[in-house]
Amino acid sequence: MTQSNITVQGPRTPLNEFWFYFKQNRGAVIGLAYVSFIVLLAVLADVLAPHSPTDQFREFILTPPAFSEGGSSQFLLGTDGVGRDILSRLMHGARLSLLIGLFIVSISLIMGISLGLFAGYFGGFLDTAIMRISDILQSLPALLLAIGIVAVLGPSIVNAGLALSLVYLPHYIRLTRASVLAEKNRDYVISSRVAGARSMRLMFITILPNCLAPLIVQATLGFSNAILDMAALGFLGLGAQPPLPEWGTMLATAKEFIQSAWWVVTFPGLMILTTVLAFNLMGDGLRDALDPKLKQ
Amino acid sequence: MTAQEKNIVLRGEGLKQHYEVSQGFLKPKGIVKAVDGVSFEVAAGKTLAVVGESGCGKSTLARQLTMIETPTAGSIEFNGKNLLALTGDAKKEARQRIQIIFQNPYGSLNPRKKVGHILEEPLVINSEMTPPDRKERALYLLEKVGLKAEHYDRYPHMFSGGQRQRIAIARGLMMNPKVVVADEPVSALDVSVQAQVLNLMMDIQKEFGLAYIFISHDLSVVEHIADEVLVMYLGRVVEQGPTEQIFKNPKHPYTRALLSSTPRIKPEQRIEKIRLPGELPSPMNPPLGCAFHGRCKYANDQCRHITPELIAKEDGSKIRCFAYEEGRLDY
Repeated sequence: MTQSNITVQGPRTPLNEFWFYFKQNRGAVIGLAYVSFIVLLAVLADVLAPHSPTDQFREFILTPPAFSEGGSSQFLLGTDGVGRDILSRLMHGARLSLLIGLFIVSISLIMGISLGLFAGYFGGFLDTAIMRISDILQSLPALLLAIGIVAVLGPSIVNAGLALSLVYLPHYIRLTRASVLAEKNRDYVISSRVAGARSMRLMFITILPNCLAPLIVQATLGFSNAILDMAALGFLGLGAQPPLPEWGTMLATAKEFIQSAWWVVTFPGLMILTTVLAFNLMGDGLRDALDPKLKQ
Repeated sequence: MTAQEKNIVLRGEGLKQHYEVSQGFLKPKGIVKAVDGVSFEVAAGKTLAVVGESGCGKSTLARQLTMIETPTAGSIEFNGKNLLALTGDAKKEARQRIQIIFQNPYGSLNPRKKVGHILEEPLVINSEMTPPDRKERALYLLEKVGLKAEHYDRYPHMFSGGQRQRIAIARGLMMNPKVVVADEPVSALDVSVQAQVLNLMMDIQKEFGLAYIFISHDLSVVEHIADEVLVMYLGRVVEQGPTEQIFKNPKHPYTRALLSSTPRIKPEQRIEKIRLPGELPSPMNPPLGCAFHGRCKYANDQCRHITPELIAKEDGSKIRCFAYEEGRLDY
């Protein structure tokens, strides 16, 4: 018999294992790196930003970026229509946008999962009631509904966040409910029931982990949607109020310079685009890494 | 002999399961009689096999016994106590003693949990055991079913079908059950693996004194494992008796047809292939009289109009057939 050199591997810790599968998806790793970079920018904005996001340098209005003709090394990405440093505003805007995304996604995720679980698991009247309400929410155009809610609550960034959470709620409810319906009659759920598990345990410990994959993808997509819709609300004057350096508000206030000063629109737009893309890539990788069926 | 002398652990009496089915708007609701008056008893250490074709109510019976579904009528006695009347802690306790093994080992293990977690779940729910004690018990049973300690930290998808069924068996044993209901436990497995799993089940039965309710459509498997056989047709028992009786001397035409479809190695055991015309009738609209009359070549007018009773014979078997009673059968 030939001696074989098989190295025996101990069982990996969950975190190790997660990373092992996550890193096989290159796009996801790039997404994660970019998201980490943005998070770092957001956290360290006070230290990194060369200027205050609200300081207006009146003598430098609409200065082009440093690398193009007429630029100044004082303002690396140029200044906007009232002379504020775009780079500093983008860094502080990252903080705002990430917080908004996190706030909206957490609220709608927690509520959506709970409602979806109850609707799918118990069925009957509860199911009908929850689903009809979510139908009503979905039948209204998302932005219109958000505008309506903000109009009632009063324009502010927190109220806009709450409004958007409510707007996204039906997606999570539907997604959760559909997965729960597919899972709840599987044999492993029944065998847990035979073992004596009660409804709460069955819902949250047995069934929920098997429904998470589509929810994670939806949540990451929701993160980018939240940033985009918040920008739209900001544009209408119902979200972030000037001079808050929110990316969407920056885009909106720069629309008059689209033809004359490209950098004022381009950089906030690029930030939104790349951040949204990074979140989507990361979401895909997360789904693959969290799904044991895709592991070898 | 009384029930105690025979050590009867589980007894079903006139079990029925009827479902209401909507037939359309404003039409009267139809009733599906999935199980219609089944009685049986099984002793500790013995195996009762329930056989019949798809849709005859075998699995519904299994779901009743494990309290997944509540029978429409009838009673289930476990150790002399009526299961259906139990409440609270007594019910919880009884529930632990009757476990089920499912047909498909790819669906019966939670794909998100490690084997250790799957095995320990019944203990987490039902006992006050500490984590090290739970782990010890899980490892002990893993070894009993022929798996290794290193499998404790793996996910179900890392195992083959046979190994998964071993895990399912180990899980069923965690709470020291007295009765294990096995719903086609080997029909999803390769033939070579079937034999291993069956032998494992028989070893475990001997060691722990379990009573099995073994549901199957595969008669060669049943002959191997069962002490008594219950043949079901359309929710009813048509023939019941010791395994040897049923296999050597099948009385009911349906049992005979079932047996003739089982491949035999020895020529003298072969029965001439009996082809049953037609299909299993819909349980929503069962035929009048004997449910089997449409497919039975011995059926006469009486069979078509009157439902035969299950009649006990002196050799310990029971049969539900007019043609047998009247000696009209030609075998």
